[in-house]
Amino acid sequence: MFDQIDLSMVDWARAQFALTAIYHWLFVPLTLGLSFIVAIMETIYVRTGNPEWKKITKFWMLLFGINFAIGVATGIILEFQFGTNWSNYSWFVGDIFGAPLAIEGIMAFFLESTFIAVMFFGWNKVSKGFHLAASWLTAIGANLSALWILVANAWMQNPVGMKFNPDTARNEMINFWEVLFSPMAVNKFLHTISNGYVIASIFVIGISAWFLLHHRHVLTAKRSILVAGIFGIITSLFLAYTGDGSAYTVAQKQPMKLAAMEGLYKGTSGAGLVAVGILTPSKKPGDGKDPFLMKVEIPNMLSILGYRDSKAFVPGVTDLLNGGYKPWFEKIPEEERESTYSVAQKMEKGKLAISALRNYKTASKAGDTILANISRRQLEENFPYFGYGYLTKPESAVPNIPLTFYSFHLMVMLGFYFILLFALVLFFLNRGNLEKQRWLLWLSLWTIPLGYLASQAGWVVAEVGRQPWVIQDLLPTIAAISMIGAGSVKTTFWIFAALFTALLIAEVMIMVRQIKIGPKDGGQK
Amino acid sequence: MKLLQGIWQFYYEGFRSMTVGRKLWVIILIKLFIIFFILKLFFFPNFLNSKFQSDLEKGNYVREQLIIRN
Repeated sequence: MFDQIDLSMVDWARAQFALTAIYHWLFVPLTLGLSFIVAIMETIYVRTGNPEWKKITKFWMLLFGINFAIGVATGIILEFQFGTNWSNYSWFVGDIFGAPLAIEGIMAFFLESTFIAVMFFGWNKVSKGFHLAASWLTAIGANLSALWILVANAWMQNPVGMKFNPDTARNEMINFWEVLFSPMAVNKFLHTISNGYVIASIFVIGISAWFLLHHRHVLTAKRSILVAGIFGIITSLFLAYTGDGSAYTVAQKQPMKLAAMEGLYKGTSGAGLVAVGILTPSKKPGDGKDPFLMKVEIPNMLSILGYRDSKAFVPGVTDLLNGGYKPWFEKIPEEERESTYSVAQKMEKGKLAISALRNYKTASKAGDTILANISRRQLEENFPYFGYGYLTKPESAVPNIPLTFYSFHLMVMLGFYFILLFALVLFFLNRGNLEKQRWLLWLSLWTIPLGYLASQAGWVVAEVGRQPWVIQDLLPTIAAISMIGAGSVKTTFWIFAALFTALLIAEVMIMVRQIKIGPKDGGQK
Repeated sequence: MKLLQGIWQFYYEGFRSMTVGRKLWVIILIKLFIIFFILKLFFFPNFLNSKFQSDLEKGNYVREQLIIRN
């Protein structure tokens, strides 16, 4: 059957989705974070009554508005792609994906669009308190919108709270709360929004540093840095905390991704965390080559991060391919733990599940209820491995290790660098000589693109690291794709590239112009 | 009625007094036109909706696809 599927379609559809998601994610995190920073600034204005804070609030609100306007609706294109390129997937996920997205759409529309209007049009028309409430509700609304799409994404990484219905070929939600509050969903939401807060803090500090470098709007810049610096250091520490939570859930639910993140081919007890490393480019699972040309490792740290135990066994790529190891459960003695299946065994179980689906369909059509019930039971027993039935060889279950490894380490290193930057900026601001630290001001300015780079790297880890799965263990990309040619996907790929690049250029140009104009007493709309 | 008038006036004056916002609205409208009237209409038909009428037909098709792609 695979010969009937245009394999280049899979690659082009993936590339198109990645391109759209990457561009979409250039706009979203600043909206998430800047909305809160603006709300904090306005709160200070309302509490102090100092007009300087109103000016500061209005300036950053304008930049928030530009980013929001340019970015709005760019995510809708992702939903178009689900219906056209990924129709099997769209049907297979059923209401699990649809429900959170519908809630997101309604919340985004009512909360954001209503209160954003009050934010921008309501100065001097509504009371200070009502305006402030609108600013906070815009921030909360934007972040709650993100919740639902991230819940849907987390479900793809760790499908829970559903049951597959062979009659409709759809997964049906049986426990909404399990979907909403799965550890994967909670960590993904908190880690992603705190990433937005850090990017927004870097953005505010970077632009303010530019003002200080040019001796313009010094008071506005310093006060902005104070708010963004405090917000940034708190949220970047929280980002590190939620990152640890994310790594822990990945260790439990997506061990292959964790192995790829760390370039771990052969598992070990008391595994070390690679702080810095260069992978051997030609390394393949089981070839006996050293995975690293060089590495600096923190002993036992991967076991601690992944399993909260310095002695825990962390499986590598080869262990996960070959199976036969006993997964680490602290509270269950080793002799009572069951050995894991190899990928080849999972492929057999997956094929059994697919075969059971076929038999169920045939038996139901023929009215053979006994065979239908037997087939249904067989399908349910093997459904956790359903997606493995589409793999052609065990190695297909291994994601792109170099891309996942380097993206993960880039993200982590930049994350720690941001904490240091926030601390340094606040230190010199507190000493009253930040303006004299020109090196730090330039560094702050040039850290703006690094914030985005770290964020995109994080998504690469999340999405490339889970390949070949669209839904973890249940549906690989090859089974999720629509039976269409790659022609129109290639065309729209380049249309998107042009459209999004134009939008990005427009955003940067309008923003740079407004930044050069700087804050005004009356503000701009 | 007075409330509706007040809301209308609020938005009307808000839009009228925009400076940067006007440019942004032009960008938003062009973007929405490209997304909904060009991309959605000509490049992104819903694959299942364009081939099948009912959910039963769609379900049967996807189930068949899931079986034969094995």
